[in-house]
Amino acid sequence: MNRRQCEGIQKKCGEICIEVKVVAGKEKRAYVSMKGTKEGLTLHLDDTCAYDELLKQVDELLVTTTRDEEGPLVAVHVHVGNRYLTREQEERLRDVIRMRKNLIVHSIVSNVMTKQEALEWKKKNEIVSVAKIVRSGQVLHIDGDLLLIGDVNPGGTVIATGNIFVLGALRGIAHAGYDGNRQAIIAASVMKPTQLRISDVMNRAPDYRTDEGNEMECAYIDEHDQIVVDRLQLLMHLRPHLTRLEGSF
Amino acid sequence: MTVGEAIVITSGKGGVGKTTTTANLGTALALLGKRVCLVDTDIGLRNLDVIMGLENRIIYDLVDVVEGRCTVQKALVKDKRFEDRLYLLPAAQTSDKSAVTPEQMKQLIDDLRQDYDYILIDCPAGIEQGYKNAVAGADEAIVVTTPDISAVRDADRIIGLLEKEEHMKRPRLIINRIRSHMLKNHDMLDIDEIVMHLSIDLLGIIVDDEHVIKASNNGEPIVLDPNSKASLAYRNIARRLLGESVPLMSLDDEEQKGFFSKIRKLFSAR
Repeated sequence: MNRRQCEGIQKKCGEICIEVKVVAGKEKRAYVSMKGTKEGLTLHLDDTCAYDELLKQVDELLVTTTRDEEGPLVAVHVHVGNRYLTREQEERLRDVIRMRKNLIVHSIVSNVMTKQEALEWKKKNEIVSVAKIVRSGQVLHIDGDLLLIGDVNPGGTVIATGNIFVLGALRGIAHAGYDGNRQAIIAASVMKPTQLRISDVMNRAPDYRTDEGNEMECAYIDEHDQIVVDRLQLLMHLRPHLTRLEGSF
Repeated sequence: MTVGEAIVITSGKGGVGKTTTTANLGTALALLGKRVCLVDTDIGLRNLDVIMGLENRIIYDLVDVVEGRCTVQKALVKDKRFEDRLYLLPAAQTSDKSAVTPEQMKQLIDDLRQDYDYILIDCPAGIEQGYKNAVAGADEAIVVTTPDISAVRDADRIIGLLEKEEHMKRPRLIINRIRSHMLKNHDMLDIDEIVMHLSIDLLGIIVDDEHVIKASNNGEPIVLDPNSKASLAYRNIARRLLGESVPLMSLDDEEQKGFFSKIRKLFSAR
């Protein structure tokens, strides 16, 4: 299949994928395969060969299959398989693709990540349970969601990058979504905080003391950028992503 | 030889009755036949000797001992009312808190442990050097608070710090200066509310009693007066420290009168 034919088919059938394997040079194995889809081009890169060789083949493939002239922009999705790309390697790959003027790299997907990245990812998505009373003057700072089995007393502070769930009484300060997550919520069995903070929004207790209610409540940022406190049961509609259960019951 | 228990009496806030509590608990324990040593760590602002009525017998003090100018035995002031069972190690009045380090305090308390059943350490207010010194040698802490919001807040802070001390048992609580008529009108923080807020075990409650001030001014701990409510409260706390289970005093004035008249009748019958 020559270049012109290939483009012709791509234009015509859109959704149907065509696989183009280029045997570069003489008897070399093809390390790169290309698919055209509705969303653009998808490049599958072999994960066993040398990286330099791979880049060379990507370049050769792109030279033979695309024109240098001005045309509509095409998004490129790259799958690198079980290969870990350092930032520098990724940049080199982007450079090779960018040399074709009408191509833009949309994503580079790898099956692997470093242990450090994995740990950070785990930390961010974990629910950290703590069985303690956070007393006056104490600060509990957590990466991820905090499940506090105990109270937060007046003068105590709990901070989490994710959500905060207090099984006891929340009488101090709680700050959820500490690094900017406005979707974060704060829930407590007894909601009597001196101050609530979610991301960069702040709300404080009324100046008069009330005795009613305050049981099983949650706080979230509403559409007017205000922190509101309401019944816990509303969360299933407001923040459906809080359900992490796969499937249904 | 017995190894004594060292208990620090602390509060965070000043003026809630740490020193009075130390003096009275120590005296009550001595009345119950224990060998007790009171240690005043409020260097620069000593009071315990005054309340015990032992001020005029002080020759050496805690700083003298720590700096090696005399032995512990020499600095201890004996309370003659209790034969050989109650001693006081007074604080220095001329130095300040930084004259002693936590390590030195720990060593000192460990030395005293050999000779006494109980060592009660009177802690200064605050959470600085003086507090650290007082806590260093203790196995256990008693937190004193009053039914004021600020005292409870400070007690909470202190409990948080005490919980970090791994060598210590869980702190226990004494609520001091309770006015039963204010409790009844809900003008004062409720005892249950305080205990729930601080979530530590309650060791005892002491009603506000004018006799305490009078007794302290006379250099005689209130415990020595058998007719006062506060005296009974301190005796009960001392018994609880020894492991007895004693029910909390009723705060109802009427009932109190009935109870006390019963006791009085009991005494007069003899």
